[in-house]
Amino acid sequence: MAHARPIATTRSATGIPTPRLAVWWILASEVVIFGGLLGAYLMHRIGHPEWAEAASHTQTWIGAVNTFVLLTSSFTAVLAHQAAEKGKGKEAAKLLAFTILGALTFLVIKSYEWTIEIMAGYTITANTFWSFYYTAAGLHALHVIAGAIIMGFIAVDAYRGRELHRVEIIGIYWHFVDVVWIFLFPLLYIAK
Amino acid sequence: MAETLAEVQKQEVHGHDHDHHDQGFVSKYIFSTDHKIIAMQYLFTGMLMGVIGGYMAYVFRMQLAFPGISVPGFGQVSPGEYNSLITNHGSIMIFWVAMPVLIAAFGNYLIPLMIGADDMVFPRINRLSFQVFFISSVVLLLSLFVEGGGFGGAWTSYPPLSASGDYNLTQLGASLWLIAVALEFVAFLLGGINFITTLMNSRAPGMKAYDIPMVCWMIVIASILFMLSVGPLLAGAVMLLFDQTLNTGFYDPARGGDPILWQHLFWFFGHPEVYVVLLPAIGITVDVMATFSRKKLFGYKLVLYTAVATGVLSFFVWAHHQFIAGIDPRMANVFTVTTLLISVPIAEMLFVMIATLYGGSITLTTPMLWALAFLAEFLIGGVTGIFLGASGADIYFHDTYFVLAHFHYTFFPIAIIGTFCAFTYWFPKMFGKMMNETLGKIHFWGTIIPFNFIFIPLFVLGMGGQHRRIYNFEHFPEIAGPEYFQLRQIATIALLIMLAFQVVFFFNVVMSWWKGEKAGKNPWKANTLEWTTESPPPHGNWPVEELPTVYRGPYEYGHPDREEDYWPQNLPG
Repeated sequence: MAHARPIATTRSATGIPTPRLAVWWILASEVVIFGGLLGAYLMHRIGHPEWAEAASHTQTWIGAVNTFVLLTSSFTAVLAHQAAEKGKGKEAAKLLAFTILGALTFLVIKSYEWTIEIMAGYTITANTFWSFYYTAAGLHALHVIAGAIIMGFIAVDAYRGRELHRVEIIGIYWHFVDVVWIFLFPLLYIAK
Repeated sequence: MAETLAEVQKQEVHGHDHDHHDQGFVSKYIFSTDHKIIAMQYLFTGMLMGVIGGYMAYVFRMQLAFPGISVPGFGQVSPGEYNSLITNHGSIMIFWVAMPVLIAAFGNYLIPLMIGADDMVFPRINRLSFQVFFISSVVLLLSLFVEGGGFGGAWTSYPPLSASGDYNLTQLGASLWLIAVALEFVAFLLGGINFITTLMNSRAPGMKAYDIPMVCWMIVIASILFMLSVGPLLAGAVMLLFDQTLNTGFYDPARGGDPILWQHLFWFFGHPEVYVVLLPAIGITVDVMATFSRKKLFGYKLVLYTAVATGVLSFFVWAHHQFIAGIDPRMANVFTVTTLLISVPIAEMLFVMIATLYGGSITLTTPMLWALAFLAEFLIGGVTGIFLGASGADIYFHDTYFVLAHFHYTFFPIAIIGTFCAFTYWFPKMFGKMMNETLGKIHFWGTIIPFNFIFIPLFVLGMGGQHRRIYNFEHFPEIAGPEYFQLRQIATIALLIMLAFQVVFFFNVVMSWWKGEKAGKNPWKANTLEWTTESPPPHGNWPVEELPTVYRGPYEYGHPDREEDYWPQNLPG
């Protein structure tokens, strides 16, 4: 069956385009997921000063490099949005490809880092600090993977000059993924 | 930008219509993106799960009243099976009956029709939502048949019992149960985003915020509440799954974890969840009451603001489930105050219902009877909640049948009475036929009277100190006296009578659908937009050029300047 867009989708009683409205609601639901996880982590961390010892083994430098990679990828996402606003689909697609490259770099570095940790014996069951470490960073990494895949579809469409408004939507989501990492990095790496 | 339905329909006229008209059964009814079909899928899945949940209640109530007998249709109940039955009865009735029917089925059916739209804003996400929900139902039912049996650690799934197969003896069943619940949450997040954005953006021209029928508002407020409360539990569910399968120690105090953390995450969701299902039921009943008392809803804005206030307050009451879990007594005091406070807005909504009825020209149709029963029965549930909200009284009542009777007096009116109220009211719209009133009333009385005979004895048992979740009371001689057994048997026999009367309902549905009187567009002479289209509405709800425009609020009944006592929202002037 052809997927005709219903008239409902084209209406905008609030003046905000429906896709943008929807992505903000998705982010609201994501905020509480990460909020619950990080809140639980913080309460435990305060109650267990001895976790500082475990935390001292995290690879702060690798985390810092990854922060830089992710922030850069967000920058290219903003440039892609600007290009899309001007109707330059091909350029937007190119910039989105850079963002995807950033996501892949992030994941490669993360895999390298986790390999070091696991080889050193710091597995998810080593203690509850490491359980939180892998759960929180893993949930975040899943969001990076999902975002990169969706971005791939949007980049292909944008290259053909279609659905350019979606570039902004994935950009909003990508900034959120970035912001979550901005919270994870100090909580898991810097706080020793 | 986008192909609209209008353009597509133009194309159809120009001869591309064979794609659409040759739709097979599968693409039309199984993989449809039409909100009405998806609503039916949710409705029938929910009702089927309701029958399964009711069957479970029948089996364990028989075991409680007549310990050790071979239950007809099940056989002898073992302790493990008993635990699994009560756990899955609770999970099914809340997550697979109340939510899919009240929110997903009626939300999907009513929101686009009541706001004058042709569909949801994201029809394919809507379909995905049902598909995820359907998978979650299958996973849950499968979990009952795996090695070791279904999960038996109660619907609240407290660790350490739920965290390790060594304790609960249902390693696989516990993990499947958890996965099913998490999938169900994902389905409702997808559906919720659709409901919220549809109501915000896709209203008919002229429909302002205060022209939206109350039931749509309530479903959307409930969706927002769900969305904002379920996140921490989803994170908690991942942690619990890791505890079960990877042997982490999030909830194991010996390894730096904390079992109480789960209780906080669970009830931070679990208490707003009560309002997630309550608000749609209130929305349904106030709409039905306004129609059948031919009067304007008393205090539209008051109800709306109260619902929002209830939603906000519901995030600050969760620890009243944990008064005896070792929380700080000062914290218990705070939660007692917030819990007693939240009864104020709910009481106010019940007063609003009474004020709407006052002086109206009431017609006692079947849906109206259900709406009145909601008011009467929920009142008992609400008032007994006050006892439990006070931390001092709760220490005695905690985990007794008093608690059980209390929340069945809230959930039964919500999930069962609310559903029957909505179903009998919108049946003519959904299927184009009127339901048989006599059979409807027989079913109504055959459900309401036994319901009270089930749960009032359980209040008495609870006050006598009888605990929940006990497989066989004969093992506890001090609470196994004959007077207690009589009460248990009264409850069980009342349940059997109530279940038997449900046959009348299913018979009525089938007969009315098959041979019922044609309903026409607006059999109840109601104002809201869904009554301005055909029954059942065609694909797209209205012909494109006839999509309605709104001129007034939904409750203009008995206006002095008009000859007719109702004034549909779409009539100009």
